[in-house]
Amino acid sequence: MNPFKKDKKQISIFITAGYPNLESTTEQILSLQANGIDFIEVGIPFSDPMADGPVIQETSSVALANGMQMDLLFNQLGSIKDQVKIPLVLMGYLNPVIQFGLDKFLSKCKEMAIASVILPDMSLELYERFYKTQFEKYQIPVSFLITPLTNNERIQKIAKISENSFVYLVSVTSITGGKININSNVVNRYDEVKSLCGETPVMIGFGISNASDVKNAQKHADGAIIGSAYLKAVSKGDSVQFIGEICN
Amino acid sequence: MSKLKYTQPDEMGFYGEFGGAYIPELLRPNIEELQANFDLLATDEEFQAEFKNLLADYVGRPTPLYLSKKMTAEFGCPIYLKREDLNHTGAHKINNAIGQILLARKMGKTEIVAETGAGQHGVATATVCALMNMKCIVYMGEKDIERQAPNVQRMKFLGAEVVPATSGSKTLKDATNEAIRHWINNPTAYYLIGSVVGPHPYPEMVTSFQAIISKEIKMQLKEKTGIEIPTKVIACVGGGSNAAGAFFEFYEHEEVELIAVEASGLGNETGHSAATSVLGRPGVLHGSLTLLMQDEYGQVTEPYSISAGLDYPGIGPLHAHTIEIGRTKSISVTDQEALTAAKKLTIEEGIIPALESAHALASLYKIEFKSNDVVVINLSGRGDKDMKTYTNVGF
Ligand SMILES: Cc1ncc(COP(=O)(O)O)c(C=O)c1O
Repeated sequence: MNPFKKDKKQISIFITAGYPNLESTTEQILSLQANGIDFIEVGIPFSDPMADGPVIQETSSVALANGMQMDLLFNQLGSIKDQVKIPLVLMGYLNPVIQFGLDKFLSKCKEMAIASVILPDMSLELYERFYKTQFEKYQIPVSFLITPLTNNERIQKIAKISENSFVYLVSVTSITGGKININSNVVNRYDEVKSLCGETPVMIGFGISNASDVKNAQKHADGAIIGSAYLKAVSKGDSVQFIGEICN
Repeated sequence: MSKLKYTQPDEMGFYGEFGGAYIPELLRPNIEELQANFDLLATDEEFQAEFKNLLADYVGRPTPLYLSKKMTAEFGCPIYLKREDLNHTGAHKINNAIGQILLARKMGKTEIVAETGAGQHGVATATVCALMNMKCIVYMGEKDIERQAPNVQRMKFLGAEVVPATSGSKTLKDATNEAIRHWINNPTAYYLIGSVVGPHPYPEMVTSFQAIISKEIKMQLKEKTGIEIPTKVIACVGGGSNAAGAFFEFYEHEEVELIAVEASGLGNETGHSAATSVLGRPGVLHGSLTLLMQDEYGQVTEPYSISAGLDYPGIGPLHAHTIEIGRTKSISVTDQEALTAAKKLTIEEGIIPALESAHALASLYKIEFKSNDVVVINLSGRGDKDMKTYTNVGF
């Protein structure tokens, strides 16, 4: 059963593990779950996040300064494993995963019942050439980013590989934290993507910053993912209010 | 043509285990467009002719191969300096900038983005943008803006916008992050990378544009001495573009010793070094899998070198590969050793070298020479930009 397949439209939040405090990872997961968030992407911080804007750059560097690292993250996830009922996705750059050891990483993911892994700098081609066997061995579903410019054949291929998770549709080609501009052209493309993906759920992310963006994105996909806007609210101490507005 | 053993990556851009294109899907269209256009260059006679003409009449190539009599006497074998410092704008970086700006023009691009460390690549890029009437944005680490001020002034005077990179170590690594982010946000811009790093096809492309250095060395050596190949070629390595260019023609001649000189800052044991091949292990940064300075968790560590152009935690995948398999030898040179070598060349030859190139010169004291050796050092750039550093250390 694909845990990302639901009858209703979904909302997901991206958090940076270890931000704002080292212990925030578990607190946030439980509180987001209690507030009705459908699934959570747990960001593994990296020193050089090349596809991220200033907000996630900053949360990543704070998290690293707090001492966040892979072993610790898995320990934290282990400590709340029995309380977490919603799918958790791990998202991060490839290097910390390779250094931790892909086998060890995937076996930990299995142990923590991680529902999917997204490594944006692991392209489809690299996945197929070097990493696929291990992902399959541990039966850890993988999700890939696609953009409105990704060609149809590639979208279908990715949707097939991710049939047990979801396809992450990047709203516009820009780094995270930009402003989404949902115009009629791009909306048509979202609809095409949705139909190309068939049974695999499609979630739209990047630049989704308020309740109205969420609603718009949900019209053309199975769910919306909020990252920078949530983290910005966290940094201002406004996260409770922010989640309240989004979930209403 | 049969596949070259060392210099030709596989179809996914791997030199042995290193290289590739570790890019988010957001960059895929940019990289595919680049690859498709780069593939056409080898057989594009108009491009090749224009590249050649600009290198001759605009850059001033061929650069001389200069026999240093004093160094020859000191080391007991002929020591040649390949004078890349005499190129227009003062370093080898312009060779690559010319090649890529012609490619960008063919692709119909009008906006160029680049990163720079020492500012030599930034100046070269700003220069070719002026020549081709293109908009130029250069990212430069805040720390480098401070220590390479003359090059910042030159870039601005040439009409480029210089944007400070304020994250991380505020050096070349961070400038590269910002340039890549700019490219993601502005896919119509052309990213004119400055070294043999980054995602495939950049390492191969930049190598091909710098290969002129070794092509000339080979011809000039033959002309001057009748000798086909040198026994040793020495070049400094930041990302490794001047080294890739100086070594290119000699990789397949296994008897030629290729020596890559890395900056070890205050020393490799001090935690203040940029000697990637000594301190690094395989990892992914800026779109390729290469040797990378990083902590046990895979976070990139901040390198240190007095030389802004060598202050980078990675190394091009071609070098990572050839060093790992033993084809290229690496030598580390400290700040102090480089400064001493810079002063010596200045006093003895009347040539003020760039701090980067001074590292290559200093390596002479760490190599054993025989009388039948024929040595070429790539003098990658001139030291005008480093006068503040040279003056501050009290020379
Ligand atoms: C004069 C000079 N030499 C060498 C370098 C190092 O770059 P690379 O290793 O790509 O040749 C630089 C970079 O700024 C430079 O300015």
